[in-house]
Amino acid sequence: MVYLGPHAPIWGEPPRIRGIQEPRRGIKGKTRVASAQNYEERIMSDVADRVKKIVVEHLGVDEAKVTENASFIDDLGADSLDTVELVMAFEEEFGIEIPDDAAETIQTFGDAVKFISEAT
Amino acid sequence: MRRVVVTGLGLVTPLACGVEETWTRLLDGVSGAGKITAFDTSRVTTDYACEVKHGDGTDGTFNADDWMEPKERRKVDDFILYGIAAADQAVKDAGWTPEDEASRLRTGVMIGSGIGGLKSIEATTLMMAEKGPRRVSPFFIPGALINLISGQVSIRYGFKGPNHAVVTACSTGAHAIGDAARLIKFGDADVMIAGGAEAAICEIGIAGFNSARALSTKRSDEPEKASRPYDADRDGFVMGEGAGVVVLEEYEHAKARGAKIYAEVAGYGLSGDAYHITAPSEDGDGGYRSMQAALGHAGLEPGDIDYINAHGTSTMADTIELTAVERLLGDNAGKATMSSTKSMTGHLLGAAGAIEAIFSILAIRDQVAPPTINLDNPAVETPLDLAANKKVERKIDVALSNSFGFGGTNASVIFRKV
Repeated sequence: MVYLGPHAPIWGEPPRIRGIQEPRRGIKGKTRVASAQNYEERIMSDVADRVKKIVVEHLGVDEAKVTENASFIDDLGADSLDTVELVMAFEEEFGIEIPDDAAETIQTFGDAVKFISEAT
Repeated sequence: MRRVVVTGLGLVTPLACGVEETWTRLLDGVSGAGKITAFDTSRVTTDYACEVKHGDGTDGTFNADDWMEPKERRKVDDFILYGIAAADQAVKDAGWTPEDEASRLRTGVMIGSGIGGLKSIEATTLMMAEKGPRRVSPFFIPGALINLISGQVSIRYGFKGPNHAVVTACSTGAHAIGDAARLIKFGDADVMIAGGAEAAICEIGIAGFNSARALSTKRSDEPEKASRPYDADRDGFVMGEGAGVVVLEEYEHAKARGAKIYAEVAGYGLSGDAYHITAPSEDGDGGYRSMQAALGHAGLEPGDIDYINAHGTSTMADTIELTAVERLLGDNAGKATMSSTKSMTGHLLGAAGAIEAIFSILAIRDQVAPPTINLDNPAVETPLDLAANKKVERKIDVALSNSFGFGGTNASVIFRKV
């Protein structure tokens, strides 16, 4: 057996080198802990803006109507096909996959923002 | 037998959006052809067509916002948008937007298309190849299905009578009007919204008709000269898009509400060629039999026909139709005028029979036959007046409109002055 050294790519994947990655994670983690609340809020508000834009565009509703508890079907005039399309648009925008059973739980604007914030 | 009359008209054509806007241009001999703007034509042989001119709605342009909200429009193919626009014009022209349930139950819709949502099928397939099936819109299927114009129109106005859609290639529009009239005659409805729509000017549509050797290919430099029925230099049809819709109504029903009556649907004939998938039978027998059947139902003689709106696509089939018409009219051929308005509108496929029915009706209303433009060097000698390059003002009490489609499906509709 030929010794290729500790960093040799044995099965194609680049080797993960603990010694280099650990400190980086540490720094990132530290920063995040320091302003955890702000960070979460920033993520939420960024997600909310992007979700709102999609909802306004797809359902043709006034932005002011898209509130936390606004139901896509009861308050924003969507039908069942609209909600399917909305979920697809969220998947596309955020690069995530929303399984069908999870999609069924997304009934309001707030549900969507919460689900996506947790998934990203 | 119940009589059926036409009480409303609606048009979206390459000449203009609107009945009067289109008709004025048609009588002036204006061509709707031009370079294709809808897609990059660098890979296809034919780079011209008769497109609907989109704009702000002034000067006959088509403003999509006038007919459908943007959020709804996103969910349907253009053929449905055009169909809805034409239907909306027609019901308003007829003054038939009843609020009472009884009237709505007696009003049906039969608007077809030759091909349907070809543009969205093309676009969605390409998108799916790139991004996968999970990205296919839930509105793809209901936005591409042919009967969804009829569905959309019924939902918009609450029309709960027969809801149907014809699919017979280039005979669609004529069959829809004829069949809808029969539903009224038979008592299934008192009012029918009928017609056809098409929007197949996309890469796969042009490529497919190019491969079938059906389209004109030689006049990229002067597209407005490309559609030239009966001319020796014709080399195929020019594809058009748009929609034509009429309101058909039982005669007593129309009279009772004081509706404006354009004409009566006097006769309707159908036949099959049983010959070839794209070419008409060479002796023109199929077309002859559909015209003959329409005359029979109308109780008219060949000599009664004043104007014929020909199928006349600017292909070799023009002369076959002409032979059939000459055979039908016999000694009376010299008294009739026949023109092909496809010389101006191009061939609207499934909408052709509907827009041409409307031109035949307007010919009766205004006593004028629209011209066949680009007929500079006739390939035929005929006793018929082909209205070469100039409209013909004359007595028109009876007009016949022919439509023949791939598969050998023929329809003839006769309209009569009331």
